[in-house]
Amino acid sequence: MRDPRTSIINQRLKPVHRIIAVSSGKGGVGKSLIATTLALTLAKKNCTVGLFDIDFTSPSTHIILGIKKLQPTEKKGIVPPTVHGVKYMSIVYYSKDQATPLRGADVSNALIELLSITKWSKLDFLILDMPPGIGDATLDLLRLIENIEFLIVTTPSKLAFETVRKLASLLKELKIPVLGIVENMKMNHSKTVQQQTRKLGLAYLGGIAYDSEIEKSIGNTNLLLNTSLAAEVQNITTKI
Amino acid sequence: MHEWALAEAILASANETAQKQHLKTVSEVQVKLGQLQQIDQDILQFAFTRLKKGKFKNAKLTIRTQKPRLQCNTCGNTWTLNTKNLDKDTAEAIHFIPEIAHAYIKCPKCKSPDFTILRGRGIWLQTIKGAR
Repeated sequence: MRDPRTSIINQRLKPVHRIIAVSSGKGGVGKSLIATTLALTLAKKNCTVGLFDIDFTSPSTHIILGIKKLQPTEKKGIVPPTVHGVKYMSIVYYSKDQATPLRGADVSNALIELLSITKWSKLDFLILDMPPGIGDATLDLLRLIENIEFLIVTTPSKLAFETVRKLASLLKELKIPVLGIVENMKMNHSKTVQQQTRKLGLAYLGGIAYDSEIEKSIGNTNLLLNTSLAAEVQNITTKI
Repeated sequence: MHEWALAEAILASANETAQKQHLKTVSEVQVKLGQLQQIDQDILQFAFTRLKKGKFKNAKLTIRTQKPRLQCNTCGNTWTLNTKNLDKDTAEAIHFIPEIAHAYIKCPKCKSPDFTILRGRGIWLQTIKGAR
């Protein structure tokens, strides 16, 4: 017996030119904000962009985008709606405001289901907002998607960077392309993460200063695109 | 209507199996269909018929259904879920992503949302028959 869904996934992703997984070793480093801002920024640059929230147990990109009452359409599969110029897919269309307590095998199954039935149009970029760590979702994407690239987010914290180091080493060992590391929530001018990133043989894509006002932009994409975070993400788009 | 997407997946997977088995023509594709997802069998059959081509031109799709059996990870209770008792929105959500059941369904005995879907979840390609 075999699961027929995995046979169709790369065909579903054929119209997508580049697939970038925004990932980290730990939670709370700003992956979702950076993934969402990256998608919005690329869309502003006239790229065709999709954003897929893969953090199934704790999805949050819909809150950043300020989405209310939106559903994908059904057309021989499910077609993600366009939000602020971005084709957007999330489990929240179906889970609504309910908690979704999923064990690892369930995360895998939900991910395979959505990858096999979601019909993306022609995209320059599909940005994946990943759950933290090297868990089922990461392993499934490595197994199932042929041309995935990773953009890794850390904070200046040694705790965050140590987990990032492990993720980066695993990806390197598996010969998966890593675009580089973004240092988020910088509190000073320390170059430690920059130096550590270079030691890993990876590109330091940029440092984003801690912004105590960023919370005000959650749910308002116009405000978000005017933050210092968005300015730095704009710089990062020129390096990927 | 995402039965079409699933029919495409069945044919893609069956084609890979046919290639491995060096089959020139396929006469039958057998799948096991879990009832948790409430797939419309008529639409699935229709989609399969419309999509099949090449070595699958004369293939029939045989569907065996399986009732959803769940087991609570907290108290160990096992039960068969009757999807006909679900409200429309919940049924539709589970139709697209069966794991959404964890957001809406609780163990009838202890009310825990932590359960395992033992069987009857989705589609499995069981076997294909054909000629070399």
